[in-house]
Amino acid sequence: MVRIVKYVFYDILRTRFIMLYTLFLLLCTVAMFQLDTDTGKVILSLMNIVLMVVPLVSIVFSTIHFYNSYEFIELMLSQPVNRRVIFLSEYFAVAISLCFAFTAGVGLPMVLYGADASGFTLLYSGIMLTLVFVSLAFLSSVLTRDKAKAIGVALLFWFYFSLIYDGLLMWIIYTFMDYPLEKATLALISLNPVDLARILMLLQLDISALMGYTGAFYKEFFGSSRGLIFSSVVLALWITLPVWGATRIFSRKDL
Amino acid sequence: MNPIRINTTITLLLLSAATMAGSIVVQPGGQIKSIRQAIAIALPGDTIIVKPGIYREGNIIVDKTLVLLGESKPEIDGEYKTEVFTVAARHVTIAGFKIVNSGTSSMKDLAGIGALQADFLTIRKNEFINTFFGVHLSNSGFSVIEDNVFQAAVRNEYETGNGIHLWQCSQAIIRKNTIRGHRDGIYFEFVTQSVIEGNLSEHNLRYGLHFMFSHDDEYHNNIFRENGAGVAVMYTRNVKMTYNVFEKNWGNSVYGLLLKDISDSQVLNNRFIQNTIAIYMEGTSRTEFTGNLFSENGWAIKLQASCDANTFTGNNFKRNTFDFATNGTLVLNTINRNYWDKYQGYDLNRDGIGDVPHRPVNMYTMIVERIPTAVLLWRSFLVYLLDRAEKVFPAVTPENLKDDYPSMKPYDLNTTT
Repeated sequence: MVRIVKYVFYDILRTRFIMLYTLFLLLCTVAMFQLDTDTGKVILSLMNIVLMVVPLVSIVFSTIHFYNSYEFIELMLSQPVNRRVIFLSEYFAVAISLCFAFTAGVGLPMVLYGADASGFTLLYSGIMLTLVFVSLAFLSSVLTRDKAKAIGVALLFWFYFSLIYDGLLMWIIYTFMDYPLEKATLALISLNPVDLARILMLLQLDISALMGYTGAFYKEFFGSSRGLIFSSVVLALWITLPVWGATRIFSRKDL
Repeated sequence: MNPIRINTTITLLLLSAATMAGSIVVQPGGQIKSIRQAIAIALPGDTIIVKPGIYREGNIIVDKTLVLLGESKPEIDGEYKTEVFTVAARHVTIAGFKIVNSGTSSMKDLAGIGALQADFLTIRKNEFINTFFGVHLSNSGFSVIEDNVFQAAVRNEYETGNGIHLWQCSQAIIRKNTIRGHRDGIYFEFVTQSVIEGNLSEHNLRYGLHFMFSHDDEYHNNIFRENGAGVAVMYTRNVKMTYNVFEKNWGNSVYGLLLKDISDSQVLNNRFIQNTIAIYMEGTSRTEFTGNLFSENGWAIKLQASCDANTFTGNNFKRNTFDFATNGTLVLNTINRNYWDKYQGYDLNRDGIGDVPHRPVNMYTMIVERIPTAVLLWRSFLVYLLDRAEKVFPAVTPENLKDDYPSMKPYDLNTTT
């Protein structure tokens, strides 16, 4: 498995996309730290990149990569290697390289310019989101044989989690505003990894406002480390479940 | 007679009084074993020196002009039954004691030091541990409460009184005290022309400072931190609040500074950091807010529509979740020349003032006001889009609530002295 991961990794490096992505993140982060001396505000601006750009790049890149290496996969399948091993090797190679790009691009300047707890939360949620969206990309890739369709599905995933889902959530909150919605909204938010990552950041950046919320349930949730543990567990589920499903489909699929 | 000569005469008189006054030493193994006994034999103007030890004497009534000095903090224990010291004379000084365990009562306001009609009372360098009320003064003028420490350790609001409680007093000075764990740190009702300065009031169950019907007072250089409900100033006119720090007052309906029915007051050079709501205003008129720093608050200012003729000038708003919230569309207040870190305008003529007005009321604030749950969607892309649309065509937010001359750079505020 490690050998296959290594081959895929070399292949990814050869396309230079990862380099460009790292450079882009590096430039953005350095520029923001140069423009603003207030670390908190820089984290705030970076948060928008993490919540929007990172998922988009992760999901589109992974899908394209999967289809580009289709021939390689077919070649490997002709060897006496387990399908699951090949698929997971692909996944790990892509996930590790994207995480590495993100950590280098955002993490390095952050360490250089000095960051606090909110900076590390940002790094953490960025890595988690990368992993989640790579998983989703692999799922959408095995769902169809057509590359264009798969990219379409991947984009839809991104669009859904970044925008449509929040719209629905807002509509629900608006419609049922007279009811106690605390647990319901928390459950609904855990159905969206982007929202979860955002809540993790809110706990760092807007804790004063969140503590103003009436519900004792939220206060307990936000006031302790429970918020962090809960969202980490749910994000981990968001990473493993799509990969697991995709592996199942892939190992049974007629290629 | 000229004023200097009068002064000299008074000084001479005082000096002679001091030399005439005797001093009585109270010591556990000595001739006089109790403070009560010492007070009984003392003449007005005497000094009672209390040596170290534990004194359990019930309620000690000071009914003569006396100076009570504790040497290395003698402990005066109320054994949870009575008020510890009750002062009923003018010009009394109580200094250097450790006053512990006063009685608690829901009928009487039992205190570590209680005083009724005791003008010129000085309370200095005492420790109040587990007292119901710390200091409770009524109907007294010209008192000085200085360098004391108050520490109560109860969990419920009804089980503890206020740290420093003044009722119907005037010209009091409350300086450099530390108050923790009481109901209200400092409580003022009908107290006029008094000064509160350099105190630290934190972890109190209700308000760090509670003001009612107390006109012409000043408070400055105090720190109010993590109190149950922050600081409340109510039904008062002409209060001056400067150089204070309001910090980490967190929770639902918890305010850094609650202003209710205040007029002709000044809030200058204060720091509001990480409060859920830094300033909440209701029925406030003709009050000036200048040179304050609002940083990392949930809401920097919540202005109810019942406020009028207030001015907000030269304040810095940095990294607050929401800068401004209001519940009406009619704007009767002036908001000008502040620094807003959310301002996105430009400054073509480079005079340091933005060329387009800034609207501090965020559209999403109005939604959160109606549906508190909606705060969970804050900073999502959807909310960002909604805000953008609202900025272009203001529909929900009050159109006239704007800063016409927003500063491009944060002011160099002098909030510490």
